Amino acid sequence: MSKEKVTVHPRVSFGLEAHRADRKALALREQANIACRHLSQKVAFGLLWLTGLVAVAVLVLVVAYVVLQGWKVVRVDFPDFLLTPPRGGLSAEGGISTTIVTTFYLVLLTIGIATPLGVGAAVYLVEYAGEMRGRSGLISRLVGVVRFGVELLAGVPSIIFGLFGYALFVSAMHLGFSLLSAALAGACLVLPVIIRASEEALCAVPRCYREGSLALGTTQWQTVWKVVLPAALPGIITGIVLSVGRVVSETAVFYVTLGGSHHLPTSLFSGGRTMALHLYYLAMDTRAFDKAMGTGAVLVVTIVLINLAINSVSRRLTAGLKGG
Amino acid sequence: MNSKAVKLAMQNCQLFYGDFQALRDVSIQVPCNQITSIIGPSGCGKSTFLRTFNRMNDLIPGVLVEGEVFLDGQGVFDMDVVELRRRVGMVFQRPNPFPKSIFDNVAYGPRSHGVRDRTQLAHIVERSLRDAALWDEVKDCLDRSALAFSGGQQQRLCIARALAVEPDVILMDEPASALDPVATLRIEELIQKLKEKYTIVIVTHNMQQAARASDYTAFFMMAEDRAGYLVEYGLTREIFTNPRHKQTEDYITGRFG
Repeated sequence: MSKEKVTVHPRVSFGLEAHRADRKALALREQANIACRHLSQKVAFGLLWLTGLVAVAVLVLVVAYVVLQGWKVVRVDFPDFLLTPPRGGLSAEGGISTTIVTTFYLVLLTIGIATPLGVGAAVYLVEYAGEMRGRSGLISRLVGVVRFGVELLAGVPSIIFGLFGYALFVSAMHLGFSLLSAALAGACLVLPVIIRASEEALCAVPRCYREGSLALGTTQWQTVWKVVLPAALPGIITGIVLSVGRVVSETAVFYVTLGGSHHLPTSLFSGGRTMALHLYYLAMDTRAFDKAMGTGAVLVVTIVLINLAINSVSRRLTAGLKGG
Repeated sequence: MNSKAVKLAMQNCQLFYGDFQALRDVSIQVPCNQITSIIGPSGCGKSTFLRTFNRMNDLIPGVLVEGEVFLDGQGVFDMDVVELRRRVGMVFQRPNPFPKSIFDNVAYGPRSHGVRDRTQLAHIVERSLRDAALWDEVKDCLDRSALAFSGGQQQRLCIARALAVEPDVILMDEPASALDPVATLRIEELIQKLKEKYTIVIVTHNMQQAARASDYTAFFMMAEDRAGYLVEYGLTREIFTNPRHKQTEDYITGRFG
């Protein structure tokens, strides 16, 4: 009986063998498959790592080159380079003190004009006109036009804003080449940046905050002012930081609105020269590339410092709001 | 039911989102200082029904309400919506504290209504947090961000925030559905206590919750075109022990939905 039990029919045994072989092959194939997938992941991550490295390396190289080359120039008569005004004319003599101060004046003035306008427009588009979406009528169509206009403005070359600023503020409104003309033209330039950043920040505020506030019997304005805007503040500040960078580094707009005087501006109506503009004059008119490099280094360091400062302020502002 | 004063009422109410009818011919009378629970399958218009009383539906574009809705006999569509929402508070499904401190969350409502005095605000905040059974847990850290607390604590904070503006009615839209069983039980105990001072209407998915925590129950269903309608409304113990409609019986015994 036991003998009968162990004898296996030849065809069955053949089938079993084949089955085992099949399973072995399957397992091998699966192993190869997994190895292949791991490999492709390694390759993909390697490539991604490489692209990241290249991007950062280019950035670091540019900044390091400018700062190092510039520092050589600045070092020659440090700190006089930062503390004396440029001589003016075609000589590249003197420092850059007045251009630093003018840059700060212009940033403050431009951002001061553009921020309330930009944030206000974004609040209107999101909080008020947002409700009009999907409805027919004049307002919803106007809102569509405004939104399209903002998109369009963001892509317009800055020299166009410069020419516009020249035509409107400098000549038509008789403001002359002045801080005020330049700040107004600069505000037009950064307005789309601030509007879009603020719009995104406002849209990201959860709907439940608005509902929670309105359900307590607050007006829509109270809800916007006390709940929505504070929650959107970090995003709005990001937009302002980007705008500050834009103003500090802009030349085309200010070339045709700010004049180019190397003296310290004494009022809103006096002209001036920002660091970026000075750099442009040095490189194009006087061919003093060493001085230009020095100014460039100061410019880059200034932009980095401004970013760090605003980021730390915004972090402090929002630190109290988050849990933990 | 007639022996008790009516707080909220609806008369032949129809509600449309554009072409879609969400509520059909709803008439109901919600008694004062009682807990009324709203049950029914998903999508039958429970939340829409609840949000009609404080006109939160107004925020949705294209919404249209026909029929009458009353608070204390006064039509809510004739009232100022800001005043209406102060008198009819709301607690939402997910805890939604503002990203502010505990104190500022609770003080937000009274401040918005013009209370400036610091001691008075402190008094309101303490009273509201006590009423919401949260005071003992947070009295030492009123300056901490509300987002640092647990979901159950956040939901009780949202209740405290609603109480701070001294409403007559509190609407609750599945207030415990995002919470664990222990936190849910605490919210239920709290609701029992709150009914001494407030009229409470609570939407719930949880039949046991409706059965053990409410005085009245309204059962909603949806018709073939997905419009919600009121099937049966009455004392909770009658609805759950002796329902008059077959649909109600099927639903509460779990044969449906």
